[in-house]
Amino acid sequence: MIAIIDYGVGNLFSLCSSLKSIGAESVVTSDVQTIENADKLILPGVGAFEDAARKLKISGMDEVIKTQASAGKDLMGICLGMQLLFEKSYEYGEHQGLGLLHGNVVPMEGAISTELKIPHIGWNALKFSKDSRLFKYIKENDFVYFVHSYFASDCDDSVTATAEYGIPITASVQKDNVMGCQFHPEKSGSVGLNILRAFCEGDI
Amino acid sequence: MITKRIIPCLDVKNGRVVKGVNFEGVSDVSSPVELARFYSESGADELVFYDITASFEGRRLFTEILREVASAIFIPLTVGGGINTTDDFDRVLKCGADKVSVNSGAIRNPELVREAAKKYGDQCVVLSADIKRVGGEFRVFSKGGREDTGMEAISWIKKCVGMGAGEVVVNSIDTDGVKGGFDIPMLEAVCEAVNVPVIASGGAGCVGDFIDLFKKIPNIDAGLAASVFHFGEIAIPDLKKEMKKNNIIARI
Repeated sequence: MIAIIDYGVGNLFSLCSSLKSIGAESVVTSDVQTIENADKLILPGVGAFEDAARKLKISGMDEVIKTQASAGKDLMGICLGMQLLFEKSYEYGEHQGLGLLHGNVVPMEGAISTELKIPHIGWNALKFSKDSRLFKYIKENDFVYFVHSYFASDCDDSVTATAEYGIPITASVQKDNVMGCQFHPEKSGSVGLNILRAFCEGDI
Repeated sequence: MITKRIIPCLDVKNGRVVKGVNFEGVSDVSSPVELARFYSESGADELVFYDITASFEGRRLFTEILREVASAIFIPLTVGGGINTTDDFDRVLKCGADKVSVNSGAIRNPELVREAAKKYGDQCVVLSADIKRVGGEFRVFSKGGREDTGMEAISWIKKCVGMGAGEVVVNSIDTDGVKGGFDIPMLEAVCEAVNVPVIASGGAGCVGDFIDLFKKIPNIDAGLAASVFHFGEIAIPDLKKEMKKNNIIARI
């Protein structure tokens, strides 16, 4: 059973549908016991970092996630959910993340050429930098779908793939049982479904 | 780098796709789900569903269909038609749409763009504009291109982007249906004016028209078409191959 952590942000319709289509059983929940009993956790998220971090705190989900991840349970953050895994974000101010991974989330503005459009929206190719179990059924240069204006930086130890957008943009991360994708696997066609399949399968 | 996107647009009326033709392997060409799956498997980078029903019953059917499509196809979905309030945004986003396209609704109430962008994020709000040349200027038309609003198009688009529209679909009424190629001068003018993704619509008749579009306007993001895909005049895999041959980044 995969627990999709519900803390009041984002639209989970496509994520639930994509998990269903690969035969994975999932539940959208904020119930501590359900999360504790789940085999794996997914932290979704769209919108602003500050708002999401606050909602995680208010709901108490921040501590639950940290405890579960430290105990070794597989956790995957998607899009903003991945950014929340890091220590800090500089999206409109400075905000604390879960701190499960080293690194910070910084704006693309100022970091990439002014000729490039922000948000980074569209299909971009994955360049592998380190092996990750999420790549089991995909290959380098496969395309995935991105929509974001901020990216994870100073996180060399956990970056497993980047996408070229003026500079290499952190696309996926993994440190032991904690992993994440900046792109949307649930919107990345068969490549995305194969990433979810690899996560759900869980053999390392 | 990000790829240039190819986007088929499907008009839906009373829960059925209008103007479908027979494709091999598609048993029901007016089934939105079957057609969406066909396009997704052919390499479409995104799909646009346009609700052209006016009735309440038709609208309810449309959201049901959307839910079905979004449960089966895992590429970005944009939905348009009859979007007048943030409640309309809510209705389609809950059914699995990723982006919502506004046209006449924004003309009637430009604040809709600001409200929706604030609530759902800029990336969610697509401004769709039907544009026609009138007396030497680009003019915005409403009601499916039937009514001249009197507004100059470039300033209208700039205004909406300023309020939070994260993407712009430019549909040239002048080239639409002619199949003589996209409206390059109009699209160039829009691309120069804004720094959000611009999607070209209206005029594609053959593979070469897409190649021409991407070659002549390097910062255009996507090409959208309906009938050339539906009538099988352009097969998306052929188009993608031709793009690659011409060094245009495509997802294959």
